[in-house]
Amino acid sequence: MAVAESNQTLGTGVASLQKKAQGQSLWLDAWKRLRRNKLALIGAIIILLNIFVAIFAAQLAPKPYDLQVLTDNNSAPAWVTKLFPNMVPKSEGGYVNINNSYILGADNVGRDLLSRIIYGSRVSLAVAFVGPFFSLLIGITFGLISGYAGGKVDNFMMRFVDIVYAFPTLLLVILMMAFFRSGFAAATPGTFAYAVGQLDSSMGGMLFIFIGIGITSWMNLARLVRGQVLSVREKEYIEAARSLGVSTREIMFRHVLPNILGPVIVSETLTIPTYISYEAFLSFIGLGVNPPLPSWGQMISDGSRAISSYPNQAIFPAFALFLVMFAFNFLGDGLRDALDPRMRGVD
Amino acid sequence: MAAFVVRRFLWMFLILFVLSIIVFALMHAVPGGPFDQEKPLPPATKAIMMEKYHLNEPVVNQYFDYIGDILLPRVTYGRVVPDSAFDYLINIPLPAAFGDQATIRWVNFGPTYKSRSLSVNDIFRQNLPVSFQLGVAALAVALAIGLPLGIIAALHRNTIYDYTGMGVAIFGVSVPVIILGPVLQYLVGVQWKLLPVTGWGDFEDMILPAFALGFAQSALIARLTRASLLQVMNEDFIRTARAKGLSERVVVLGHALKNSLIPVVTVLGPLFAALVTGTFVVEVIFGIPGMGRYFVTSVTGRDYPMIMATILLFAAFLVFMNIVVDIVYAWLDPRIRYD
Repeated sequence: MAVAESNQTLGTGVASLQKKAQGQSLWLDAWKRLRRNKLALIGAIIILLNIFVAIFAAQLAPKPYDLQVLTDNNSAPAWVTKLFPNMVPKSEGGYVNINNSYILGADNVGRDLLSRIIYGSRVSLAVAFVGPFFSLLIGITFGLISGYAGGKVDNFMMRFVDIVYAFPTLLLVILMMAFFRSGFAAATPGTFAYAVGQLDSSMGGMLFIFIGIGITSWMNLARLVRGQVLSVREKEYIEAARSLGVSTREIMFRHVLPNILGPVIVSETLTIPTYISYEAFLSFIGLGVNPPLPSWGQMISDGSRAISSYPNQAIFPAFALFLVMFAFNFLGDGLRDALDPRMRGVD
Repeated sequence: MAAFVVRRFLWMFLILFVLSIIVFALMHAVPGGPFDQEKPLPPATKAIMMEKYHLNEPVVNQYFDYIGDILLPRVTYGRVVPDSAFDYLINIPLPAAFGDQATIRWVNFGPTYKSRSLSVNDIFRQNLPVSFQLGVAALAVALAIGLPLGIIAALHRNTIYDYTGMGVAIFGVSVPVIILGPVLQYLVGVQWKLLPVTGWGDFEDMILPAFALGFAQSALIARLTRASLLQVMNEDFIRTARAKGLSERVVVLGHALKNSLIPVVTVLGPLFAALVTGTFVVEVIFGIPGMGRYFVTSVTGRDYPMIMATILLFAAFLVFMNIVVDIVYAWLDPRIRYD
């Protein structure tokens, strides 16, 4: 009787243990750790807000982003002149036209800064989320093949990465952008190049930014994936899968890929701010999105020319860019700590 | 070690060679040429220009002419008429016995199409020192802020110093030059009137751009130094040093720091690259007459020799810095053996 009872409690004990253990998947575990990281959560909230602003830009923006009112150029509301004391209003003997209908002021051709910053969030977010797509596509494919094939193929592919790695990334992007922009624009209608060119201009010039960034920034990822594959492919479960006759493709995608996803996600999240600043840089030098579509980088570039007289035109978009970069950096940091606690500090 | 250095230099030339072919092919594949302007030139004028710069020849010939003019020395006789297409970096006069004013001339990067009278070498002579000064100043800023920040954070782990230091570091990574430049200009230049907003020449002019350029890199250095120092502080030889009764100061400065610098040194190569590409933004924002703007204007203007020169120069610097990093690496950690 007593034995049966104790057996029963033992049974429920094991059952409850199993129940507990079931819930602790890698991702749930990571989520629990991430939730405790306040800074990462703030980052995530800023990003979510940003997504909201980008989606509802048309509803949130007080004015169309390309509406030019030339008589209102460089005008600013009263509170901005108080924030930047060197912007003295005309009524006090200065040079700034006061116009309170522009919440953050107007730029040098009389477009509303706030509306342009709101629409500009679309470009930055698109680069943040779609930008990694091409680099993931190339990097993962390359790394998987190189790591799984091993031997001569691996050696050759990695030497190739070494060579590409030595290329000055940003200069190559500039060259590619020039190539894409003029090459596809000159293509004859009906060809594939023409269709790509049309697709790009319908996206406001963003497609080429994605491709340009993707082509030049997959190498790190390829190295990472290869290294991970090399360590994973010697594991017993891969051997088991192979002995069961699972096809190579299935082993790669069903068994290897899911097990290396953690480091890949962390690495990509931490690279997102780099992509965003690439876009800002390209727009800054005039190779970014097509005008009049606003981008923060290009707004900063325009604004910095008048930094002494109208600091609001550069500082506000710079602040928006800073917020997003900051958010992705903190989220990426938090994700790294959550997904791979071994990498946290050094214990 | 010597064999390793030689091998790396050979590898460097191979990379530069491949790069030069790719860039040359790519830039000639881009539609439009240096003399296609919004208001087209008369066809006859354009033909003369194409003829003058040998642009009507096959691309392969143009490539070999170009590379030959850089790599191969040549001997000239008589007085040479100054010409932007005929400007060599190295000119060594030979004794009269070799012929009338015989001179060995070497390394010609060609003319720049955008200015009739300037060669690419002229632009190097005028602008490269400026960019170099700015780069060195920015590197100094990055190290001067990053190293102490990382060391203090590691030594006072999980205290307010650590959190502040790493907060500053993440802040630094989040403010690229494109943000920091205008903000610094406004705060320090316009608002507080401490330093000039734009310009170049005095030491004062250098402070803001160097800081704008170096700050983001200092954040990277701080994080690396912290992580690496923490790891080293757990090593056995640190415990031994402490057990010997050495003061904490000697333990950190004498034993831990040198070993913890190894990962920091490895990023100096890529970091240098970031500084050079960052210079374009800094130079535009602060009105500095450096090389930066040529990185972009040469491509948008299809100034072929200038494109080649800027990219080759940059790549050579980058690869060279990586070799230097490897050598410093071996010096810092004698356990590392190449070959």
